[in-house]
Amino acid sequence: SLKRNIMAAGGKDGPKSPSRPRAGPGPLARSWLVLYNIVLTAGWIAVTYVSLLHVMNNSTPPTVYSGIYDSAEVVLKVFQSLAVLEIVHAALGIVPSNVLLTSFQVFSRVFLVWGVLHPFKEAQTNLGVSLCLGAWSITEIIRYSFYTFALLNMKPYVLQWCRYTFFIVLYPIGVTGELLAIYCALAPAAEQKPFTLELPNPYNYSFYYHYFLVVIMLSYIPIFPQLFFHMVHQRRKIIGGGAKQAKKD
Amino acid sequence: VQGCQSDDHRITSRMEIEILHARTGKQLICLDHVDNYSTVLDLKKWIHKEFPKYHPVRQSLRLEPKGRSLSDEETVHSLELKPSGRKLYLRDLGPQIGWRTVFLVEYSGPIAAYMLFYLRPAFIYGVTKAKMEPVVHIACACWMFHYVKRLLETLFVHRFSHGTMPIRNLFKNCSYYWGFAAFVAYYINHPLYTRPMYDHLLEYPALAGFVINELGNLSIHLALMDLRPPGTKKRSIPYPTGNPFTALFSLVSCPNYTYEVGSWICFTIMTQCFPALLFTVAGFYQMAVWAAGKHRNYLREFSNYPKSRKPIVPFLF
Repeated sequence: SLKRNIMAAGGKDGPKSPSRPRAGPGPLARSWLVLYNIVLTAGWIAVTYVSLLHVMNNSTPPTVYSGIYDSAEVVLKVFQSLAVLEIVHAALGIVPSNVLLTSFQVFSRVFLVWGVLHPFKEAQTNLGVSLCLGAWSITEIIRYSFYTFALLNMKPYVLQWCRYTFFIVLYPIGVTGELLAIYCALAPAAEQKPFTLELPNPYNYSFYYHYFLVVIMLSYIPIFPQLFFHMVHQRRKIIGGGAKQAKKD
Repeated sequence: VQGCQSDDHRITSRMEIEILHARTGKQLICLDHVDNYSTVLDLKKWIHKEFPKYHPVRQSLRLEPKGRSLSDEETVHSLELKPSGRKLYLRDLGPQIGWRTVFLVEYSGPIAAYMLFYLRPAFIYGVTKAKMEPVVHIACACWMFHYVKRLLETLFVHRFSHGTMPIRNLFKNCSYYWGFAAFVAYYINHPLYTRPMYDHLLEYPALAGFVINELGNLSIHLALMDLRPPGTKKRSIPYPTGNPFTALFSLVSCPNYTYEVGSWICFTIMTQCFPALLFTVAGFYQMAVWAAGKHRNYLREFSNYPKSRKPIVPFLF
């Protein structure tokens, strides 16, 4: 572009210094990211919509929650799986997120959908699914819409505030739902032995999916507090003293 | 010096040095009566006297809060502190533990753990009459040989550049060694263990490879020991000696790591055990990182360092 040529030639603002922090995504990447975030915002609105529709048509327990997965299954799988692209974005450097952290977060969600909910009917019909869907939907709608605005150089304080405040309630609810779902999958996993390798075999290795699920549940104990307090810390940093700046925005 | 009119006041004058905390910038102590011949180690000892908690080995003194750690042998004179601002920053490295101690604890675990599984206790495997394949006995011998060799090298061969490491490393390292030992030993000694395909056609060559790599690794350690005079911290470029195993020095900076990875590859082939493969890969990754660091240090320290050498894998990396 003309402006870039002027900059490169040492025009009005001078040549870019080599030590400048990363300039952000180029125009092509930016367009792609805006598209991606809009699509995912819409996707999670869709998840919310089908879930609410189900609840309105089946207001009595247990069907009010036991059938919710059936209604939301397809949209949930499509839009949660698409989140894998976020790892690619981080790896390519077009978003400032840490690759390892993003991989970890995406993997845990994808694992819950495909490794816990998809294979086990007992997990699908449990109350835990509703808690997950509720928590995840609201969180993701706020998150993806916030990113969309940010990419268009608007940072609505309302969205930012919601993002860094709702988690206080949504995060524990989501985690409760996840743990309930995994717990319901334990018994059928022990019986059906999916993804399991038993001895003897030529690799001299064994893997029991049932025990793996138990280990996952236990791992929430050290990991959840760390992630939660990281968000608390972020909140203090971003909106803690930010009330004054918000007026300027 | 008494009564002598010294032109060079620097040599005879006493001075004060302020010691500040590297993280907070607060003054810890002002050392007076320091002279130009005092060494960094002397300063550390004086600080230790005032603050018993700060044993000299856990002190890192630097000219800047985030600067390079000054070595114990440097004198105050060589630091060239300006009279206007004689201050040094102290960073607490945390509780330290000797390298030798760490190695002895680290390596005893795998020996004990493997032995435990080798004995096939009922509380782990249940009661079983399954016989042990010959390769299982050989694997045990190899494993024991490897770790006993490491213990003996720690006691009699290795000369360490640093005396100590942070104590937190002990827990991290022991988890790694003991954890993997249990993981590998559990499956190799399992009653349902399966021999490698092609049986002894694979087992014996792999065993031979293991022994060759162990001897290679030992040769390198002995060569490195001879390179450094006892009690010194002297560093020099290693070159091949009379021992044919040391020829690998022409190709890599850290042939001891190359041989070590070779040993574990052979062990993995010999036992055809996936956990052993994971252990080999993990070890290779860690050693590659260390080799890259050592290689970089060699290049930085010696301008005549042979350019054709790679850190750990000949010709490649």
